Amino acid sequence: MSERLEVRRTAKLFVGGAFPRSESGRSYEVAAADGTFLANAALASRKDVRDAVTAARKAQPGWAATTAYNRGQILYRVAELLEGRAAQFIDEVASAEGVDLDEAARLVEESVDRWVWYAGWSDKIAMVAGSSNPVAGPYFNFSVPEPTGVVAVLAPQASSLLGLVSVLAPAIVSGNTVVVVASEARPLPAVSLGEVLATSDVPGGVVNILTGHTAELAPVLASHMDVNAIDLCGAPAADVAELERLAAENVKRVVRPGRNGEPDWLAEPTPRRMLALTETKTVWHPQGL
Amino acid sequence: MTSVPDLVTPTWEYAPAPESRAIATLRASYGLFIDGAFADPVDGGVRKTVNPATEEVLAEVADAGPKDVDRAVQAARRAFIEVWGPMPGRERAKYLYRVARLIQERAREFAVLETLDNGKPIRESRDVDVPLAAAHFFHHAGWADKLAHAGYGPDPRPLGVAAQVIPWNFPLLMAAWKLAPALATGNTVVLKPAETTPLSALLLAEVLQQAGLPPGVVNIVTGDGATGAALVAHPDVDKVAFTGSTEVGKAIQRQLAGTRTRLTLELGGKAANVVFDDAPLDQAVEGIVNGIFFNQGHVCCAGSRLLVQESLHDELLDRLKERLGTLRLGDPLDKNTDIGAINSAEQLQRITELAASGEAEGAQRWSPDCALPERGFWFAPTVFTGVAQSHRIAQEEIFGPVLSVLTFRTPQEAVEKANNTPYGLSAGVWTDKGSLILWMAQRLRAGVVWANTFNRFDPTSPFGGYKESGFGREGGRQGLGAYLDVEVDA
Repeated sequence: MSERLEVRRTAKLFVGGAFPRSESGRSYEVAAADGTFLANAALASRKDVRDAVTAARKAQPGWAATTAYNRGQILYRVAELLEGRAAQFIDEVASAEGVDLDEAARLVEESVDRWVWYAGWSDKIAMVAGSSNPVAGPYFNFSVPEPTGVVAVLAPQASSLLGLVSVLAPAIVSGNTVVVVASEARPLPAVSLGEVLATSDVPGGVVNILTGHTAELAPVLASHMDVNAIDLCGAPAADVAELERLAAENVKRVVRPGRNGEPDWLAEPTPRRMLALTETKTVWHPQGL
Repeated sequence: MTSVPDLVTPTWEYAPAPESRAIATLRASYGLFIDGAFADPVDGGVRKTVNPATEEVLAEVADAGPKDVDRAVQAARRAFIEVWGPMPGRERAKYLYRVARLIQERAREFAVLETLDNGKPIRESRDVDVPLAAAHFFHHAGWADKLAHAGYGPDPRPLGVAAQVIPWNFPLLMAAWKLAPALATGNTVVLKPAETTPLSALLLAEVLQQAGLPPGVVNIVTGDGATGAALVAHPDVDKVAFTGSTEVGKAIQRQLAGTRTRLTLELGGKAANVVFDDAPLDQAVEGIVNGIFFNQGHVCCAGSRLLVQESLHDELLDRLKERLGTLRLGDPLDKNTDIGAINSAEQLQRITELAASGEAEGAQRWSPDCALPERGFWFAPTVFTGVAQSHRIAQEEIFGPVLSVLTFRTPQEAVEKANNTPYGLSAGVWTDKGSLILWMAQRLRAGVVWANTFNRFDPTSPFGGYKESGFGREGGRQGLGAYLDVEVDA
């Protein structure tokens, strides 16, 4: 009796809530840490980047207008579904990163908890980063953080899931929408995360996930006039300065990569990444008869 | 001969739309929830809880005696030392998220049970009490692992065992307001629900079991004031949180004098709802109605004093009376009901007595045509005009569907009158002029000021009073301080 042949998953892009292949028809080979063939991932093109930005822009006002409570519940829902598919992610992280299953399990659990951590921030960002300002005059003056808009994220290259979640969740929790370029050599957990996001009440277009050559896609995002901020976490070190120069064209907010490479994603997170992707709005209103 | 139907005059006739009560499974009797399990009282008794809309007995509920209270406090202490205190915030958070989700999942069951036991309209328990209770758990879950960012220093510590005594007006919601911040900050709890409305808290105990909350983290002792007094006086309690009457609040404050037990109080109110002559009138009428007739006026922050600018008085009163004529009083389980039952015979007696004093002191009493059901506890919506500041109905909390109308001419006079009670829980301002809203807000001695709205609640928004309405806040970043070790001079 012959063994059953498994059905492989086609690794696609995740754009505007749908799963297209690259419009270019290109793909690239993804191998496990030990060199085994895993899949052909879609090799996103400039046009895919532009489509993704369009989708992100379209989704942004609606996402930002969602109540913070609702956004929090949606992020929490992502954690619920990720937990339910933990086994799949443990396998993918283990083969992508070359870690044993225990270590992969730890990374996946931490990724679930990271979503939970950020879910809790949604209605607390303004409580922590906003203020009522005692100006010297008869005015009520207050400041609130608002999302900056469409954020491009170059996901970390080493940490395929935990690192990805750690740069993605802080961007969307405040109401930004995102175009993220997955780890080039380890894109499959990102592809699977897109499948989780698609089924977890996150509106289409809030997160758009591209796979491909980071060095090829990064300049397109950095120079795109409808992108408001870029997180350079996973940018090739040699390209960072040029990407920052491109970003200056429309004064993008830039999150620079760490001086010592990728941070320790298992360390206690801070609100900094989240706050770096918000604007402060201050309102003056007279007080008097 | 066929008659021509009158399509012009509104009749407000609605077919009955009762919510099924089948979803709320009532047990014949309920024990105390101590150390993760239901148990019969050791030295307490039993009391019946009734549906105030029908006087039907719903269930028998245990009355905890001093020994039961002691067992509950001991269980809470053990859980604090062994499990909940040492647990990382991120794990506590996940328990609270589970509780929020379970309340959402069982929302309809909670709503029906609450309406049966309390008498409030199903529309309110379904749309306000239960969703807000879930939201409080959800919001505070997120604080459990973010306390370092809450402004209380890098590593604020819990207090220990919290004794929480809650009222009957929002039984589940008050339980959520008390439990969620206490648990998020790492305390364990002994909760005492009100004696007339214990059932939703006991259903919540089931939810806590489903959530897998470690035994002893939350203990629920039912009973009356004697049980509450035993709990508050227990020497191993680190924190007392009380919501209820100012009279009992003062007694608790006196009782804790000289101890190290921390205290927060959320007490009575006599809120002024101030309406200026440029107010958006339709919204103001809705806001006034919502302010005083929401939950039969059993709301500590109810807008029980309407302060209306003199020039607007007659027009506003006409509109208000017309609107009150459309309110439906009756079966709380009917989805069209606006005004449900008064929670208890005792409360009905209190409202009746205070309303009588209004007439005796010379105010004019008015109620819409409104047939009251024969069984149960009911009080028609009532408006008093010509009320003077010295009248009891302008000074004392009625906690019922009774509105006292006063007038003012200038904003200064409005502030003066609004602040002229011993209370300071909430206030409302109605005007189209933003600068006037803020001018008023600055001068009103009240913990919450609603502008062109009323009776809004949110877990991110601190709630609590000035003056004899109590101290401490619930909700918001500020609410966490009530359960953290932030003594001024330790």
